[in-house]
Amino acid sequence: MKWESASQFFAMGGHGLYVWGSYAVALIAVVVEVALVRTRFRRALAAAPAPETGRDD
Amino acid sequence: MGSVDAFKALVRRDLLLAMRRRADVLTTLIFFVIVVSLFPLGVGPELETLREIAPGVVWVAALLASMLALGRLFSSDYADGTLEQMVLAPQPLGLLVGAKIVAHWLVSGLPLVLIAPVLGIQYDMSWEALGILMLSLAIGTPVLGLIGAVGAALTLGLRGGGVLVSLLVLPLYIPVLIFGAGAVDAAATGTGAGAHLSLLGAFLAVSLFFAPWAAALGLRISLE
Amino acid sequence: MAKLNWFYFAAPNTFYPLAGKMIPWFTAAALGLAAIGLYIGFFVAPTDFQQGEGYRIIFVHVPTAWMSMFLYVVMAFWAAIGLAFNTRLSSMMAQAIAPTGALMTFLALWTGSLWGKPMWGAWWVWDARLTSELILLFLYIGFMALQASIDDPRRADRAGAVLAIVGVINVPIIYFSVQWWNTLHQGASVSITRSPSMATTMLWGMLVMALAFWMYSIAVVLVRVRAIILERERNTDWVRDLKARGAAK
Repeated sequence: MKWESASQFFAMGGHGLYVWGSYAVALIAVVVEVALVRTRFRRALAAAPAPETGRDD
Repeated sequence: MGSVDAFKALVRRDLLLAMRRRADVLTTLIFFVIVVSLFPLGVGPELETLREIAPGVVWVAALLASMLALGRLFSSDYADGTLEQMVLAPQPLGLLVGAKIVAHWLVSGLPLVLIAPVLGIQYDMSWEALGILMLSLAIGTPVLGLIGAVGAALTLGLRGGGVLVSLLVLPLYIPVLIFGAGAVDAAATGTGAGAHLSLLGAFLAVSLFFAPWAAALGLRISLE
Repeated sequence: MAKLNWFYFAAPNTFYPLAGKMIPWFTAAALGLAAIGLYIGFFVAPTDFQQGEGYRIIFVHVPTAWMSMFLYVVMAFWAAIGLAFNTRLSSMMAQAIAPTGALMTFLALWTGSLWGKPMWGAWWVWDARLTSELILLFLYIGFMALQASIDDPRRADRAGAVLAIVGVINVPIIYFSVQWWNTLHQGASVSITRSPSMATTMLWGMLVMALAFWMYSIAVVLVRVRAIILERERNTDWVRDLKARGAAK
């Protein structure tokens, strides 16, 4: 293992802010995109007319 | 009517229409002059700085001016139904669109080329740089018109079309900006503008070939 | 036979259940590859002798930058197919890819900026790659803005396709001109991927992470394309049958 302690791992040789700032934003972006796209899918499914009420054409 | 005759007739008609609405032509030109004149007020009057930023400022102003002029390219013909006639005409639509772009450049691009040296003098540019500025604008502004025609065709009749067209077209203008301003820069620093100008010429050739066709396709989509 | 399958799945109603079946696989692949990639990136790859530990940003920067460019080409490809063959599904694919592509571009810019601060001493440097990424973001935004402002979906598809094709022809020209402009103005010489001592494990980490982002993009695009299919085809019989069977999941 190349890291001697957890604090050394999080410090990233003094570049911790930049490294973790990158990974955190990437993670947030991915989580938000997944949440948005799933909400959109569920809304689209709910908005489709149900078979009992929708047969009016 | 043959294709060449139709081309000539359409250019003549658009020029005539533009002559009747001279104020429109002047607005673009005055916008160009005002934008370029604003920079010294924002940056400061030191001639050293001004000489350095001059090519970029004039070129960015030319980009904005030709983008603003795009709204006039198809809108009046769209409003009075002439455009639908053009789509149905026996001549190839790409050719007719090309004629409209040529006429549009003559009334909105050429004046920019002609007034640019006056603006360059405000920035204390050398005679040689002024010559290259005019030359680069003369090659570059038709490319702006050609690329812009595609954007104008696609946004025809959309709400907020004016802002939208700037969003679509400005990123595509960047290579022209880089090599246009770069040519003047190279002339001013004495490294020779030949390479820049030949690349601008290459852009012109490529866009002359593709843009009228793409704009014609865009018009067909928008008029469907 | 392959041809037959292609046309079979080119219809939204047959593609919809297929996409639903594929999504869990791509999600699992993305998660697994990301775990392996991050392990390589943080525990196997050595410290860079020039850039210290700060270089570990490349395991997210380079994959997102690759994906941002790759997705633009894929988007333009599907848009062009939709324009040429009038296939609804390909246009929907193009529409579904755009937001993910824009997100990848944003991430490449964000991580590039965070990498640049310790290396160049500035949050933003007009480096050729960063500048090209910025212009790519503008192209994605233009594509989405054009589609959003057209109400008729068929016109939106076709107009977006023309714009995407013009854009994809322009991308290499833009990249080349920005490169030229950058060398002319003596741009920053340090590059995130041009370290002479790039260890093989670093390269592996980058490749695995790129695969993870690729699988992620496919999964999320498939979910979005399913949503778009439902939005556009909500009044068709097959969507009604789907709801009746309750097999929508």
